[in-house]
Amino acid sequence: MTDTPLEPVAKDTSARSQWWDVWDQFKTHKGALFGAAVFLFIVLAVTLGPLVWTIEPTFIDIRARNSGPSLAHPFGTDQLGRDIMARMMAGGQVSIAVGLTAMAISVLLGTLIGVVSGFFRRLDGVLMGLTDLFLALPLLPLLLVMVMLFRETLSRSFGPEMGTFILIVSAIGITSWMQTARIVRGEVLALKEREFVLAARSIGTPSRRMILRHILPNVLSPIMVSATLGIATAIITESALSFLGLGFPPDFPTWGRLLFDAIDYLQQYPERVFWPGLAISLTVLSVNYIGDGLRDALDPRIRGR
Amino acid sequence: MLTFTFRRLLLAIPTLVLISLIIFLLLDLAPGDPLANQPLSIPPEVRQKMRDALGLDAPAYIRYLLWAKQFFWVEPLVFVDWVIGTNFSEGMQRIVSWQFRSPVFDIIIQRIPQTLWVVGLAYLVGVLIALPIGIISAYKQYSWFDQIGTFVSMIGFSVPPFFSGVLMIVFFAIMLPWFPSIYDTTLVVNDFESFGQQIRQMTLPVMVLALQTTAQLSRFMRASMLDNLNHDYVRTARAKGMTEKVVLLVHVLRNSMIPVVTVIALGVPSIFGGAIITEQIFKVNGLGQLLITAIYANDLPMVQTLAFIFAVLIVLCNLIADVLYGLLDPRIRYD
Repeated sequence: MTDTPLEPVAKDTSARSQWWDVWDQFKTHKGALFGAAVFLFIVLAVTLGPLVWTIEPTFIDIRARNSGPSLAHPFGTDQLGRDIMARMMAGGQVSIAVGLTAMAISVLLGTLIGVVSGFFRRLDGVLMGLTDLFLALPLLPLLLVMVMLFRETLSRSFGPEMGTFILIVSAIGITSWMQTARIVRGEVLALKEREFVLAARSIGTPSRRMILRHILPNVLSPIMVSATLGIATAIITESALSFLGLGFPPDFPTWGRLLFDAIDYLQQYPERVFWPGLAISLTVLSVNYIGDGLRDALDPRIRGR
Repeated sequence: MLTFTFRRLLLAIPTLVLISLIIFLLLDLAPGDPLANQPLSIPPEVRQKMRDALGLDAPAYIRYLLWAKQFFWVEPLVFVDWVIGTNFSEGMQRIVSWQFRSPVFDIIIQRIPQTLWVVGLAYLVGVLIALPIGIISAYKQYSWFDQIGTFVSMIGFSVPPFFSGVLMIVFFAIMLPWFPSIYDTTLVVNDFESFGQQIRQMTLPVMVLALQTTAQLSRFMRASMLDNLNHDYVRTARAKGMTEKVVLLVHVLRNSMIPVVTVIALGVPSIFGGAIITEQIFKVNGLGQLLITAIYANDLPMVQTLAFIFAVLIVLCNLIADVLYGLLDPRIRYD
């Protein structure tokens, strides 16, 4: 007999969901794995860091102002003697929170509009017209105008920090959903022609359950990828707004705000610009790499190769 | 093709009207009062007269129509007058900026050269760098050049301009005093020395902006080349005995340029609008900086006009991209 004995089929017989395959593929992407580690590290440093490093970010020690890196202040202090490391942590919490929340809003909006316009032909024209209209708007100028106009009102009703947070998050959310909507619509249009949708329809599945049970799980991968990349865009946009002086109030640090404040001392203390800028860039870079890896891992044509 | 262009042009009109209405309504909510910086000693009745003269108390739709008339009718007439020396527009009210107290378009005309020089040149440089990088990265896929290219463009994506710009200032203006960190608009180029100075002051902003353009375009160029390199016609060309140079630069490049050209066209509006931050860092007093100062100063006519001009550019470039796509790719026919 020349036949080689068959390889024993997968010893591991425990239930293995699609997500394990995704993880296996994700693991092979070095950059994505590294990005995930860096992002995790930044998130942990920013959330758990203040428990270890207990100096208040707003504590003013005027005698220690403008001091360089030392054991007491590893990143130095600013012009009012506030510890820069504590401010970086506090700023990171806000920046990452803004990124996650704005991403959630934009992905929710984009998915909703994309699924509805792909699934219901009658609404397609109107919703895609709306998407094109939003894509033609000059977004950064409009964001600036929106922040300028509504900052006062929202600050009065929710307090300066919460008001600005709500404003910035929703402004970024409603100006960045268009890409997701377009991608999701395309996927839904293609899915609608597939046999399993026809089968589901022929046994009388109502539209709502059709979307939730059959369509949504199948468009999850593009949504996840655009959600990951959305975090990066939201963080950059928030920092840009803060950098232009139209973000959070001055005593409320975010990475963009810290960078903006450090520019005034660029000649004397150039290293102060470095930390917040590096934090923003590293976060965005790691998130972009995660998105890249996720795109490959979620694509069944690439997976398992 | 011509009918398609006309149809798209006609369709662009309602889009633009809607956009101008959206911008107007958004600005209409502004809490600021344009007379707030007038002296408090002005008696209330005079103040009221000033409000009437500016038309501030008129209903919103009248103010919108007035702005639309000024934008679409008066300003073009002024332009015609200026070109052929007639005086159609005599006595007509132009769009007046509240902070400069002079017509908005006069100020925009003053600012356009700086923006075009710095940002336009940066876009050009970015495109010229990105295309070769994309071609080589695709041809030598997974080589060290490709890996470095991927990494550099990832950095270009991730490092926001307000950080890369500041870093450039720290390295090339403070540590190594090679370039000035501030763009001097009053510089008159009349000899070699001032020309050199102009080049030097343009270097940093152009570098920052070009990095961003390069990052995006080189990735796109690479993907497009890779798409084409596996096609049958490439194998045929090689089988016919074409040199690699001809295969790559004539056959593949021409086909890969189709989507890239449209992407380049789509990026043009960002020359005007997207460079707001870079102009702010290097103190280039171009259009982006004009918009920022107008927003800070609550100068609503200026903000409205500038935002609308940006929108017109976006819509026009979208249209140009679509038409170009149809012209370049014979497989795509809109009619």
